[in-house]
Amino acid sequence: MASTPGVGTAGRLSSPPRAISSPRVARGDRLFALVVKSAVWFVVALAVGLVAALAWESSGAMRAFGARFLVTTTWDPVAGEFGALPFIYGTLVSSALAMLIAVPLSLGAAIYLAEIAPFWIRPPIAFLIEMLAAVPSVVYGLWGIFVLIPWLRDWVQPFLGARLGFLPLFQGPSYGVGMMAAGLILAIMVIPYITSVSREVLLAVPNTQREAALGLGATRWEATRVAVLRYGRSGLIGAVLLGLGRALGETMAVTMVIGNRPEVAASLFAPGYTMASVIANEFTEATSDLYVSALVEIGLILLLVTVVVNALARLLVWSVGGPARGARH
Amino acid sequence: MTVGIRRQIDRAMGALSLLCAVLVVLPLLLVFGFLLYQGASAINVDFFLHLPKPVGEPGGGVANAIVGSLILIALAVCLGVPVGVLGGVYLAESRDRRMPGVVRFIADVLNGVPSIVFGIFAYTLIVLPMRRFSALAGGFALGVIMVPIVLRTTEEMVRLVPSALREAGLGLGLPEWKVTLRIVLPAARAGILTGIMVSVARIAGETAPLLFTALGNRFWHQRLDQPIAALPLQIYAYAIAPFDDWHRQAWAGALVLIGLVFLASLAARLATRGRTVAR
Repeated sequence: MASTPGVGTAGRLSSPPRAISSPRVARGDRLFALVVKSAVWFVVALAVGLVAALAWESSGAMRAFGARFLVTTTWDPVAGEFGALPFIYGTLVSSALAMLIAVPLSLGAAIYLAEIAPFWIRPPIAFLIEMLAAVPSVVYGLWGIFVLIPWLRDWVQPFLGARLGFLPLFQGPSYGVGMMAAGLILAIMVIPYITSVSREVLLAVPNTQREAALGLGATRWEATRVAVLRYGRSGLIGAVLLGLGRALGETMAVTMVIGNRPEVAASLFAPGYTMASVIANEFTEATSDLYVSALVEIGLILLLVTVVVNALARLLVWSVGGPARGARH
Repeated sequence: MTVGIRRQIDRAMGALSLLCAVLVVLPLLLVFGFLLYQGASAINVDFFLHLPKPVGEPGGGVANAIVGSLILIALAVCLGVPVGVLGGVYLAESRDRRMPGVVRFIADVLNGVPSIVFGIFAYTLIVLPMRRFSALAGGFALGVIMVPIVLRTTEEMVRLVPSALREAGLGLGLPEWKVTLRIVLPAARAGILTGIMVSVARIAGETAPLLFTALGNRFWHQRLDQPIAALPLQIYAYAIAPFDDWHRQAWAGALVLIGLVFLASLAARLATRGRTVAR
């Protein structure tokens, strides 16, 4: 790790051997520093440019609708009337449903992999889960269309409708496509992600924590609960937030199963729409400038929401393992 | 609480976490099994060698989409690797107090930005001024997605290079830039390659940022400033179409795509196997 004494300190030597640096050498160093720095400034420019470009492109819709854009439900390209509420609602509900399913399962699996499983079984399962986090979302969408949706339509939704139909959540005809399918596919997609980040957080908890608890006579579960989970709590919350960020912005799989209808409906059986999927679906068909501008504004809202969620998540994950951990997620 | 009850709680929670692990792995195995089953039956040599056939004619392949995906990945690498590697070197070696922390944070936040947003970015930056969809715009969008991943892994790997190596180089009178290029980067090469392959695995399957940049193409592309086919786009188009034959093609395409992604991930793992540099 970066915190090991002696590692990574050479770059910060306050005085490189000045005695032998000729002007020629110094010029080489300055040039190299310039090249390296410009790469870093490019990254900063990307971030600033991203926000600026989206804000610029969406200025038309902002002027036309103002804050009303966020709370109206009309989405009528023909009349030029745009309101983003159905998409915001769809994104929030599908992500909430996904997190409801994914969080307990992922945390349980991470605890199993980091604390309980026999040692020989840990690497293969961790490997499998990391591989599955790399499956492209269009593949999950394909599976959703041809496996998940028929299963929901023919089995799950009729069953739920008959047993729990008195709840508004489970009313209406079962199409298969809809909010429930979107939530399920999102859950399946973020589970490997949350599991592998929280597993890394748990592995970063020092062993002395566990040993101290076990030494006081705690059972393995008590040691996990008192000494490990409490110690890594902020990191675990960060892992969950990272998963949430993924779910909020997930596009293809959701577009393929949610039904793409801009309505706010109480039932999970009903088709819906999300911010990401309306952009994916309608961007190339958008004919008027206002239409494009409204779609870009939805993109801007999505960007700002995910930036806040991710920034929070990073700070929390860093607080347990240091900035170097989880770099590849 | 008596010891007996505590032991039972311990056992129950252990079983519960095992159940969670099973429930996590199970749907993933289902996805994978179904993909293998459907894809393997639809795949054949034509699939790799031919263009898509018009609607109604069975057969045909996705040769143009496979080549298109490789071209888009190559374009993305041209942008993502130099910026990511040089930036990563800066993060690891800089003596500045504030800048590295800020950039690190920006990179991590960029990493979580939905890929479709980068699609809009490339659209406003490249498609609008050029007035057409193009491979360049698609490659740019994918390259931007690569940058933060390559940046952070490079930093991590450069940090792991023992400081004695740097000191030896500086002690011989080498200028710092030569120490970095000839000693530090070669020592961290395996780890940096891993980061690059991980990012390639990620962008190879990206569909959303290509929808309105690369656009897709049912024929061979002629030039890089024109729309180009990509495997994920083709899978998406086939999956939502109402034709059975196209559905079979979608499954075959998905299997090829997964193969591509896993190959890249596997290469990433093999690159660092048995090296001390990789932790």
